[in-house]
Amino acid sequence: MESTMDPSIEAQIREWRSYLLRRNTIHHIDVDELEDHLRSQISELGAAGLDGDESFLVAIKRIGGVNELSREFARERSSQLWKQLVLAGDSGRERSGSEYAGLLVTICFAICAALAFKLPAAFGINPFVEGTSDSANVDADASFYLRNASLLALPFLIGFLAWKRSLPARVIAGLAVPFIAAAILVNAFPFQRGGDTEILAAIHLPIILWLVAGVAYLGGAWRADAPRMDFVRFTGEWFIYYTLIAFGGVVLVALTVGVFQAIEIDVETLIGSWVLPCGAVGAVVVVAWLVEAKQSVIENMAPVLTSVFTPLFALMLVAAILGMALTGNIIDAERDVLILLDVLLVLVLGLVLNSFSARDSDARPTLMDAVQLVLVVSALVIDVLALAAILSRITEFGFTPNRTAGLELNVVLLANLVWSAWLLSAFLRGRRPFSDLDRWQTTYIPVYAVWAAIVVAVFPPLFAFD
Amino acid sequence: MYNASMQAKRDVRIAKDLVAASAIPLVLAILDEGESYGYAILKRIDELSGGELEWTDGMLYPLLHRLDRLGYVEARWDSPRGGRRRRYYRITPSGRNALSEQRRQWEVVSAALQNAWHSLQVVSPTPLSGTVEG
Repeated sequence: MESTMDPSIEAQIREWRSYLLRRNTIHHIDVDELEDHLRSQISELGAAGLDGDESFLVAIKRIGGVNELSREFARERSSQLWKQLVLAGDSGRERSGSEYAGLLVTICFAICAALAFKLPAAFGINPFVEGTSDSANVDADASFYLRNASLLALPFLIGFLAWKRSLPARVIAGLAVPFIAAAILVNAFPFQRGGDTEILAAIHLPIILWLVAGVAYLGGAWRADAPRMDFVRFTGEWFIYYTLIAFGGVVLVALTVGVFQAIEIDVETLIGSWVLPCGAVGAVVVVAWLVEAKQSVIENMAPVLTSVFTPLFALMLVAAILGMALTGNIIDAERDVLILLDVLLVLVLGLVLNSFSARDSDARPTLMDAVQLVLVVSALVIDVLALAAILSRITEFGFTPNRTAGLELNVVLLANLVWSAWLLSAFLRGRRPFSDLDRWQTTYIPVYAVWAAIVVAVFPPLFAFD
Repeated sequence: MYNASMQAKRDVRIAKDLVAASAIPLVLAILDEGESYGYAILKRIDELSGGELEWTDGMLYPLLHRLDRLGYVEARWDSPRGGRRRRYYRITPSGRNALSEQRRQWEVVSAALQNAWHSLQVVSPTPLSGTVEG
């Protein structure tokens, strides 16, 4: 069936192929299939006596216009999305059954998480109610929750993921180790109440535990790079979903309080001490289920959000750099400013990661990649300026937990951004494949775990639990 | 998809709606004869309809995707040594069910039309072919 074609025809077929591939909706395998069709047709027409060019033209015409074709493929693929949404299971009647079972198990895990989160209340630890006990007690309770919130909530997320992935008991036991270790550390350390090391540990502990959840998400196969990208995607989608649901929850709570106020029933205590904490914790599990079950919704939304916000963030950072350059005002090394900058940089990194994870790594460089380079480079500049500010403050006033943590975070981000910028520009110049960027980001993930572990476990003793 | 499936250069014989409606049962019936691939399916449609059902060839492929998604057919790539790879489609049991259901419906429609035309002929003796082609 393979017939050697005239070289000029081969060239025309190649051109036609790349023309088709430029349509996003026609995938590689579709083009392969259409090419097979085209070649069969050309051979047959050739056998019937047409010359090469003629048979090529007739065959192309019979296949149909590229616009029509890509529209048809798009329609087929978009309807596929909706089909997946409605019919997530395997086949036939089992589908609804197993989906309901999944939902039921999810709800059980969510309820358990909420109950576990409120369990300390049974021992009198309840910072959610104001004015019931003296203020010192409330402070101690708040400090307990500050340190332990993620330890109470995330095991159920991991349990849910372990159930989803049917992890072997050995792996689950392995996953429990960091939780137990962290629980012992943060509760045994003699933190000074409200001290910086306590707050830093409380902020960084969820990062480690989230990455542990990542191991569960990947079914224990966390060593491979490609699945790690799936977890990055999961994280981004989880974040978006959680934000949406939190917004909805706030509206609901506000309305509830309003309605009950109107009929003069006071529900604020109930909502403050039960509904809000339980809802927030239960949502952690439910959102994870939603991300898995209704993946295609967010799959469409996440890339849109990133392409909306990547240029906006890039613009904002460039404007900030220009502002600093024009006025000569450099970054004020105030703690609040530095925290703000770090939040900004982490967000930028999240944006970059999210757009990497949503990207088809075979695709050619686009304008969006150039915008991303602008974003990464300007984030890099801001990072360097922030680092300089922190360093000058450290040389002037010495090390404190906050400054050291800031320094560490900025160095971690700097290393990532420098190499990302380099890889991105090499990709734009066509020197390196995009997959190198993916691989760099996924290889870097353990660095975050190590960094967070240092802040949680090493900082408190280092700075005398201040 | 099939609203654009008629080929423009030929004299339009079968209305595009009809081509569209018959597309799925035809393809399923052809695959019921045995595993096949895109080009051969189109040849077979040509053969079965005596060349009167004209498709825009490319439109077969989104349709095959759809059948694949619905679980009516299974697709696989075959790459013979020294040849180019080709995608083959095979009908599944659920495709056969769909086919027999489609067939039942088409037979009802076709029988109804037969009856209708039969009574039409009783009322007006104009030859059938004249009214259709006019």
